[in-house]
Amino acid sequence: MQPLLNLKSQPSEGIQNQQNLALKMNIQNLSVYYGKFRALKEINLRIYANKITAIIGPSGCGKSTLLRSFNRMNDLTPSAHVDGEILLDGENLNTAGADIVDVRRRIGMVFQRPNPFPKSIYDNVTYGPRLYGIRKKSDLDEIVEKSLKQAALWDEVKDKLNQSGLSISGGQQQRLCIARALAVEPEVILMDEPASALDPISTLRIEELMQEIVKDYTIIIVTHNMQQAARVSNFTAMMMINDERAGTLVEFDDTHVIFTNPKDKRTEDYVTGRFG
Amino acid sequence: MLRKTFESEIKQVKDDVLMLGSMVEKALLDSVEALKKRDINEARKIFEEDAEINKKRFEIESQLMILIATQQPMAKDLRILASTLEIVSELERMGDYAKGIANINIRMGDEALLKPLIDVPRMANKGVDMLHRALTAFINEDMETAKTLPVEDDEVDALYNQIYRELMTYVIADPKTIERANWLLWVAHNLERFADRVTNICERTIFIVTGELGEIKSSDDEFWKQQH
Repeated sequence: MQPLLNLKSQPSEGIQNQQNLALKMNIQNLSVYYGKFRALKEINLRIYANKITAIIGPSGCGKSTLLRSFNRMNDLTPSAHVDGEILLDGENLNTAGADIVDVRRRIGMVFQRPNPFPKSIYDNVTYGPRLYGIRKKSDLDEIVEKSLKQAALWDEVKDKLNQSGLSISGGQQQRLCIARALAVEPEVILMDEPASALDPISTLRIEELMQEIVKDYTIIIVTHNMQQAARVSNFTAMMMINDERAGTLVEFDDTHVIFTNPKDKRTEDYVTGRFG
Repeated sequence: MLRKTFESEIKQVKDDVLMLGSMVEKALLDSVEALKKRDINEARKIFEEDAEINKKRFEIESQLMILIATQQPMAKDLRILASTLEIVSELERMGDYAKGIANINIRMGDEALLKPLIDVPRMANKGVDMLHRALTAFINEDMETAKTLPVEDDEVDALYNQIYRELMTYVIADPKTIERANWLLWVAHNLERFADRVTNICERTIFIVTGELGEIKSSDDEFWKQQH
């Protein structure tokens, strides 16, 4: 046999061409506990810079818990406790000394349902920058235009920046939330099912937008929509719960490998819709 | 087990591929039998019936398109459907070789065979047997058979070589036989190509099982080097 196209995963981690890949985040032995219950067990995951990484897996396998630990959102849950290292450019964010406000500026988040503040479109975008001390009107104007343009929303709202963020459509609201996240110039953007509440056209807009902005950011997306993960991401992490009902990482590889020839039977069964 | 409907639809497609395969097998054996008997009416029938093979191929192709569009297959499901698209196209071409042999029979008109057919039916039987086992391996995802079967193509090539040399001796002895020798050489060439395509089917079966899409080395290259 002379393989012309080899869809087989490589043994180490799977990623076929690691050259030209810069490591942005490195998750090492991450376990998350809610009280005594271990929700995530010893996750090791590499997140590459300027790439889109999708996290897939059946409901309840800990995808969102994992995503939320990346920018220490689990700190907001009183009983939660996180073990292990979350390295961002080599710096561990999971330490008592880490500046959580700065962590959340560097790692922004977009949620499942669009959640604009009940304020004007302009104020939604400038909310973060103002919090970080930017006051000058011309600076804020510039941030608003730049962020809304990046979020592919500028042309649709530039004449109504003073209208409420809640007055626009659901798809536009979600892009506004993305613009709001981009306004503080994060390095990583976490997206928790960002399109699941949107119609197909708005969904495709968000996906196009992700492809556009990934040259400047690193994106991690949790999605139940496997076609979406296949369409939009460069890498895919497959999660499942183990016998102790703790979420574990089953397989991580190039997205095209996961969807054409995964090496783990559980991934195969999940992506072909045999369970989950 | 989820996706029962999808699985039964895949099974239906596979059954249809077997059906198409048996139409092709029958056409090839019939075309050689008709040639042996110089039965031009039978040859005309085979020539016309190739349209049925083409029709069946398009039917399967459209079934596959619908499955891809509506079921969004992934991983192995995707490899099965993509490979089946390729396999039905191979089968359709293999049907064309039967049609080609029928056509030679028709064009030979009243001309008698240069010699009784011995190795030609052997080639046909071997090719059909290989196709049959290749399709069974495809259905059963039997990688072992898919890997070893292409080696048997050497037997077909050897027969082709033998026919070639034999016909050349006729031509050298009496150059007036050149046209009749040529008819038979074309028949053998069709059969040689028929068996080659079995290898392509085996390559797809290996792809389904392993995800590796590659060319199985055949001794054909050597064969052609020897000839030229």
